Amino acid sequence: MSDSFAVMIVVATIASGIRLATPFLLASLGEALGQRSGVLNLGVDGVMLLGAFGAYYTVLQTSNPYYGLLVGISIGLLIGLFYGFITLNLRAEQGVSGIGIYLFGLGMSDLFFQKFVGTPRPILPFMPLDIPVLSGLPVVGEMLFQHSIIVYIAFGLVPLMSFVLHRTTYGLNIRAIGENPEAADSLGVSVMATRYSAIIIGNGLAGLAGAALAIELGIFQQNLTNAMGFIAIALVYFGAWSPKGVMIGSLVFGMVQSIVLQCKTFGVIPRSASDLAAMAPAVITILALVIVAKRFKQPSALTKPYVRGG
Amino acid sequence: MGSLVVPSPFLFRFQVKTIKTKSFVGLLIPLCAVLLALALGAVMLLSLGANPISGYATMFGAAFGSVEGFSETAVKSIPLLLVGAGICIAFRANVINIGGEGQMVMGALLSTSVALTFPSVPSLLLIPMVLLAGAIGGAFWGAIAGALKAYFNVSEILSTIMLNIVAVQFMNFLLRGVMIDPGEVARGTGIPQTMRLTENADLPILLEGMRMHLGVPIALFVAFGAYILLWRTAMGFRLRSVGYNPHASRYAGISVPKNVTAALAFSGAMAGIAGAILVFGSESHRMVTDGGSTGFTGSAGFNGIVVALLAGLHPLWSIPSALLFGGMLVGANALQRAAQVPSALIIALNGLIVVFVVSSEYFKQRSLYAGQVDLADDESTETEGEDNE
Repeated sequence: MSDSFAVMIVVATIASGIRLATPFLLASLGEALGQRSGVLNLGVDGVMLLGAFGAYYTVLQTSNPYYGLLVGISIGLLIGLFYGFITLNLRAEQGVSGIGIYLFGLGMSDLFFQKFVGTPRPILPFMPLDIPVLSGLPVVGEMLFQHSIIVYIAFGLVPLMSFVLHRTTYGLNIRAIGENPEAADSLGVSVMATRYSAIIIGNGLAGLAGAALAIELGIFQQNLTNAMGFIAIALVYFGAWSPKGVMIGSLVFGMVQSIVLQCKTFGVIPRSASDLAAMAPAVITILALVIVAKRFKQPSALTKPYVRGG
Repeated sequence: MGSLVVPSPFLFRFQVKTIKTKSFVGLLIPLCAVLLALALGAVMLLSLGANPISGYATMFGAAFGSVEGFSETAVKSIPLLLVGAGICIAFRANVINIGGEGQMVMGALLSTSVALTFPSVPSLLLIPMVLLAGAIGGAFWGAIAGALKAYFNVSEILSTIMLNIVAVQFMNFLLRGVMIDPGEVARGTGIPQTMRLTENADLPILLEGMRMHLGVPIALFVAFGAYILLWRTAMGFRLRSVGYNPHASRYAGISVPKNVTAALAFSGAMAGIAGAILVFGSESHRMVTDGGSTGFTGSAGFNGIVVALLAGLHPLWSIPSALLFGGMLVGANALQRAAQVPSALIIALNGLIVVFVVSSEYFKQRSLYAGQVDLADDESTETEGEDNE
């Protein structure tokens, strides 16, 4: 009896780990795409917050979570356009302007929330979408195949992005302008257009990540993301700029969170110890950064604005 | 003061020889960026159903219109000025310090623990002790990121962000654990805060019945110290030199790793002092956490970057710049009361100001080089190539 109870807990923990990993995964895939093209975006957290509020408000009004996802992604795309303009056309310093976007998102999402919603009201979350046949499997079914649609989208994006980056001309262009924009430009690749597309898609994914978070939690509040966007940026380094690496990093983070949550619910560890456990992801990331900095090379043109003839 | 507007290579990618004669452009364009952000703020106010003119009048009236208001503004400006002056040092050394939040928290924690350990030391000694503890705590936290960059090639942007997260959790851990007010435990309320810290560490009030306390002159003093450090000492010369051209500096026998670490340590020390002043100049005279960093710092770790950028990375220009942003914070609260516009508007506006000021560098360079097109083009391409390595 106690055995099956243990299995149940493990299954629930892993399933919730996968759910918690989803926003990280979406945001860091987007960030990885932008960085591969040579643009650092530190505003992910702000974009996520705006996407989260947009999605929350839409679902509150329409009771349709899918509209929420659309609104979240659209907000991200719009900010991406703006961020592209300031970093590509105006060549603004990327590290600092990203912090500007973060503050903007932090303030605006809170402002809108206080003005248009006020007191937090829960919204309708996603219905889990059971994959036929597979979801019926014992243990594995509940762990992997009884999630909401956004989880499948996020994890489906991993092979898709790997394929695009390594098997298509567009992906080759992105990698080329991230490493050597001059050479790519001399071969007729438009550095501007390719970087714009990468930034816009990347921010769209950040907006989607925010939407996924808000709808999954069914709630919005001030600073809902609590620095998740910054962790998503770190995950890109953690995963050494590859979609698969980013996925592994997100899963590790999701699992750590899920385990900490479970331990809290069961009272296995005291509150103060869970604060220490909450430090773990950041500490692990710093250690990972040391290793990554030694072993892997970041895109050579990262954070460097491209000037033709420069 | 001849070097007042010598640009940082980090923001201005060209070696600017003519900047002195045209330095008014250098100040005018960032100012335009702020005005543009305020204009967008006016549009936001309008769309939120508030009159922008009376809204801004309320804001700036509340912040600068009375002695009480100005005293409040000065107090709000303290952390902004301190973090901003520190950011000036870091950015001049071409180090991007986004860890102000964590450095403030660590400085506050160390200074609070000093006050908890030595409650009976007289004021005259205890106040310098807690400020020093704040500086050490912040400097330590900054130096970690500095050493990681200098010796392990870890981007300081990422490490400082991660160290922010670690510092916040460490604060929660201590304030819920060993540092918690025994009274909170006895009552069972368990609010994560320290007990009322010793009165010996209270920063004395300077104006009877107002908020203005000793932290204000301290912040001014430290900002002036940052200026002296950068332009009147050999250390400052080395820091700026490393920021300007690390290759040439190394060739001249200046240790790049040491100075990168030092830049972040100085920057962190100033943020740490800001954290200490937030605790000992607060009205409750306790250190409290709401679980995040913003509740304690009021985002000063980030907003200090805005202050420094607007000041052209100059510690003394950071003084009026910090007053402007401090005033906006005070004004935002007044606006919230008067027109029911959430004060979060100011955070959003600060973000826009960062974006616009950073973007305005582009126009600044264009206007500086107008009229010497060919030469400027050649020069820019050369130096840009160097900086990009």
